[in-house]
Amino acid sequence: MKKTLFDKLWEQHIVTGDEGKPQLLYIDLHLVHEVTSPQAFEGLRLSNRKVRRPDLTFATMDHNVPTENQLVITDLIAKQQMDTLRNNCQEFNIPLADITDEEQGIVHVIGPELGLTQPGKTIVCGDSHTSTHGAFGALAFGIGTSEVEHVLATQTLWQVKPKSMGVCLEGNLPKGVYAKDIILHLLATYGVSMGTGHVIEFYGETISNMSMEERMTICNMAIEGGAKAGLVAPDQKTFEYLKDRRYTVNSYNERLVDWKKLYTDKGANFDKEIFVDVSTLAPYVTWGTNPGMGVRIDEALPTIKDENDERAYEYMGLQPEITPKEIPVQHVFIGSCTNSRLSDLEEAAAYIKGKKVNSNVRALVVPGSKQVRNAAMKQGLHTIFIEAGFEWREAGCSMCLAMNPDQVPAGEHCASTSNRNFEGRQGKGARTHLVSPVMAAAAAVHGHFIDIRKEQTNETVTYA
Amino acid sequence: MKPLRTHKGTTVSIMLDNIDTDQIIPKQYLKRIERTGFGEFLFDEWRYHDDRSPNQSFVLNNEERKTATILISGHNFGCGSSREHAPWALHDYGFTIVIAGSFADIFYNNCIKNGMLPIVLDDAIRQKLVTLKGDQEIEIDLEHQLVKTPFGNYEFTIDSVWKDKLLNGLDDIAITMQYEDKIEQYESVRV
Repeated sequence: MKKTLFDKLWEQHIVTGDEGKPQLLYIDLHLVHEVTSPQAFEGLRLSNRKVRRPDLTFATMDHNVPTENQLVITDLIAKQQMDTLRNNCQEFNIPLADITDEEQGIVHVIGPELGLTQPGKTIVCGDSHTSTHGAFGALAFGIGTSEVEHVLATQTLWQVKPKSMGVCLEGNLPKGVYAKDIILHLLATYGVSMGTGHVIEFYGETISNMSMEERMTICNMAIEGGAKAGLVAPDQKTFEYLKDRRYTVNSYNERLVDWKKLYTDKGANFDKEIFVDVSTLAPYVTWGTNPGMGVRIDEALPTIKDENDERAYEYMGLQPEITPKEIPVQHVFIGSCTNSRLSDLEEAAAYIKGKKVNSNVRALVVPGSKQVRNAAMKQGLHTIFIEAGFEWREAGCSMCLAMNPDQVPAGEHCASTSNRNFEGRQGKGARTHLVSPVMAAAAAVHGHFIDIRKEQTNETVTYA
Repeated sequence: MKPLRTHKGTTVSIMLDNIDTDQIIPKQYLKRIERTGFGEFLFDEWRYHDDRSPNQSFVLNNEERKTATILISGHNFGCGSSREHAPWALHDYGFTIVIAGSFADIFYNNCIKNGMLPIVLDDAIRQKLVTLKGDQEIEIDLEHQLVKTPFGNYEFTIDSVWKDKLLNGLDDIAITMQYEDKIEQYESVRV
C-alpha cells in the first residue's frame, strides 16, 4: 500500500483508536508560550495533575514581550503573564527560554534553530502558526488551551485523521518573487479555506530548490488556508540544517536513518491536488481583511462581489480598480514567524542598503529570535537598517499581532511581512497589507508599494 | 463541563464569511490568565465605539437579540488564531450553539472542549434561519442530531465520540488517563 508522508507520520504516532474515529496520538514535542498556557497550568493544579513529560516540553516568551527594551515591561498585565509562565515552568520543571536568555525568540523560530524541531516528530503548540515546523517533515499543528492542558497531562491528543492535499510547485521563481508570494498566490487563488480538514504537503522542483527558511514561510501560512498542517518531506537540506543544532548534535547519525524514510511513496494518492507553475508569479500585496484578499502588484484591486468584499473595502479605506501602487503606506513591519529569519533580513537589507526610509513612514525590523538578531548584527545588517531610518528591535512577535506596544494607529496602512491582515490585527482600525520582506522594504523607501521587479531590472540595466 | 443534550433558545445572525478569532476576541484581552470573564469583550471592536459606548448598528446590541443563545454565521467561522479565548468569550456571553456554513478546524475542536456545539448547515437553511424574529425559539436536539425550527427539522452531523462527550459532559483528560498503560507501552517502544 502506497503511503503519503502524512500517512506515515500519522501511523507512527497512534497510541490507540481506529481510523475515521478520534485516535489518541502521541506528541513528541510540546512548545509553550505565555499567552495560551496560563489557564492550562491552572487546570492541572486544580485537578492535582502533573506534567507527564516535561522533557518533551519547551517554553519561551514571545507574544507580548516588549521589543524596544526587553527589560522594561510597562504593561503590567503582560508582565503578569510572563511571570506566570516563569513560575509555571519552575513548578512543573519545564525548560524555558526566558526573556533574558540567548535562546529566546518567537517559538516557531527557535524550535528549528535549537534543533527541537525534527523530521518525523509530532509537534503541537497553543498557536496556529505551529504549521511552520512542518517544513522539516514534522506533523505540526496549533491547538487550543484545553488541548494544551491535555498534552501537558497525558503527552497525547485525540484527533480525527484529516484528509491529505498535495500542492505541487514547479518552475523557477522570477526575480523579485519570493516564497511569501507563492503562499499569497495560493490563498488568493484557492481561498482561505482551501485546506480546511486537510494536511497539505508541498512538493515539486520549486520546493526542492528552496532553503529551509523559504519552506518555513510557506508552511507557516498553510493555516491561513485553513489547513491542519503544512508539510515538506525532509531532504539533504533539512538534514544539513539540523546537523549541529543543540538538540540534535548528540543523536544526529542515529536519527538520520529514520528521517530518510520520511517521504511520500511514488504512486501514493492525495485526496486533493493543486499544481502551480511559479515561473509566472508576481509579487503579491493583500488589499483586504483576510490573507486570501490579495492581488499581483501589476493587477488592479478586484470588483466587489459580495458583502465580505464590501466590508473589507470599507475597513481598508480603498476602492476597487485602483492598483496596489496607489496605496499609501505609513508603517512597515519586517518580522513575525513568517518572515523574520536571517535570510529575510538579508534580502530586505540588500534592497535597503544606501537608501532612506520615506519621511512619511515609520519602519521596524523585529528579528525572530536573539540568535537571528545576533547573526544579523555580526553581518552588520543592523547598521544598514538603522542608517536607512529603520528601528532595529529585540526579538518577539511584536507588530504581527500588536499584543505589545508595537501597534499601527487606526486608519493607517502597514506593509507587513506577517501572516494576517484581519481587522484590528495590528491595532484597532489598523490597515494591514501582507507582502514579502523586499516588497515591505521597498514600500518603506517609497511610501507606497512598487513593483520591485521593475526597480531591480532598472538597476541591472544601469550597472550593465 | 456541563452535559449538553438539548438546547432551546433564540438566535442572532452575523452572516459574514471568514469571521476570525481576532474579531471574536481581540488580542488585548488575551493577557488575562483566567478562563472566565471574556463575554464582555466578545466582538469588541464591532460592539463598542472607542469610548466604550455600544455601537447600536451592531446586531448584538439590538435589544431584541440580547438574549440570543444561538449564533448563526457564514463560512469558515473561527478561522485564524488558535486562541481558545474565542469560544470562552462566546460561551461566557451566553452562546451555546454556533450554526455556520463551515468552521475552521481548531475553533471547532475548541468549542467541543467547552461544551459548545458547532453545527454545520447549508446556505439555504441558514438563509431561512436568518429570518427568525428575536423572540422565536428554535431547538437543538443533540441526541437525534436535529435542529427543530418553524421551517422544519434539519439534520446535522457530528462525530459520535465528540457527541458522546458533549452529551455526558465528560472530562477529556480523565478519559485519556484510562489509556495510561497504552501510553506507557508506546513510550517504551518509541520515545
